[in-house]
Amino acid sequence: MSINRREFIRIAGLSTLVGLGGKTAWELLLPGQVEAQLLPKANALAAKRWAMVVDMKKLDEATAKKCIDICHKVHNVPNLAVPNDPKVKMDPADVNRWQIKWIWSDHYHNAFPGQEHEYVQDRVQAMPFLLLCNQCNNPPCVRVCPTQATFRREDGIVMMDMHRCIGCRYCMAGCPYGSRSFNWRDPRPFIKQENPTYPTREKGVVEKCDFCAERLAKGQMPACVEVAGGALVFGDLGDAKSKVRETLKANFTIRRKPELGSNPQVYYIV
Amino acid sequence: MDDKYKNEFGVFAERPKVEKKIYDGKYIFLGLIIFFAVVTSPLWQNLGKAIPAPVPKLDTPAIQKLAEKDRKCVQPLAFMRANHMQLLDTWRTEVVRGGNRDFVGPGGVKYTASLQNTCLDCHSNKAQFCDQCHNYVAVTPTCWGCHLDMTQKLAEAK
Repeated sequence: MSINRREFIRIAGLSTLVGLGGKTAWELLLPGQVEAQLLPKANALAAKRWAMVVDMKKLDEATAKKCIDICHKVHNVPNLAVPNDPKVKMDPADVNRWQIKWIWSDHYHNAFPGQEHEYVQDRVQAMPFLLLCNQCNNPPCVRVCPTQATFRREDGIVMMDMHRCIGCRYCMAGCPYGSRSFNWRDPRPFIKQENPTYPTREKGVVEKCDFCAERLAKGQMPACVEVAGGALVFGDLGDAKSKVRETLKANFTIRRKPELGSNPQVYYIV
Repeated sequence: MDDKYKNEFGVFAERPKVEKKIYDGKYIFLGLIIFFAVVTSPLWQNLGKAIPAPVPKLDTPAIQKLAEKDRKCVQPLAFMRANHMQLLDTWRTEVVRGGNRDFVGPGGVKYTASLQNTCLDCHSNKAQFCDQCHNYVAVTPTCWGCHLDMTQKLAEAK
């Protein structure tokens, strides 16, 4: 029995059609059943564009410390900048390299380089500027991430998917604010008290602040905002009546290194 | 002509006589026998023995507290047994990348999609419930590098 070309093409075409119509094929093409079963929480806080205003007039050293402590406690942030031998003092350069920073404080000349000069007001010199990830509108870290472990959410939060991070540290090179830290060692032994509801990180991944995405999803404000007593204002830039927008309207604010074009979304009232 | 032996140096009257013999044969074969015996020893050791299949237990305090009819997982048992890894994989993608943190189970019951907070709340016996099977089938999921299993520590503290 022989088969000519026309016959062969007809049979091939028909079997493709039958294959496409098969149950398995439909299951492959349709969205999975499990995916469809996941929804945002009913009380989740949603926004068009999350942003934060740091009111340095209200923020003192003690409040800044409170913010840092609660953040590190909630997110299991380790203190890796400890020497192996407790008797040896650590090199400041090593401390800088090893420490994990989600939220930290620094002087004016470090926070706003290019805007500092010799005769800056004493009041500003002494301020403990609270620094964190700026959740940029044009985030360089997202652009350089080779695995899309860092990505920008619809609501502006620059989020990290730890499951995807391969620890290449491109994002750390890309970030102009030093907001990203690398786990040079297993962080578990360096966490003071583990928060059982939040994961830790592993050796070899980068971590940073994500505006407490896990708390927003439960309808809570970021941990630092809750303890700051009004010094930190957090809200939706898309809503003209939100507290952030009103604060921005009523005060003169500056941002860190806006000239770089990353469009940071943490504003400072000095 | 046929029995003349030829190589790259010329044509010779006859083949060179080489003794056909394995030098140090007894050592070589003895070595080989020992090598194969050692390599296959696990097979001989376990021959005829059946390693008991793992029996994950559901007798944790959290599950005991529930009423009989409420003792249900987020999906039917058969599905969970076969597909819990796919379910967890979908959860992590949807939660982290999609921001969808509520899982709607059968009958419209909502669960927080979280390994550390939802799964381990009931299955607080991670070593017995998770690790036992994973060890049996020789898989090492990377979940526990980051996700905390506090239940063990709490038990130690008590």
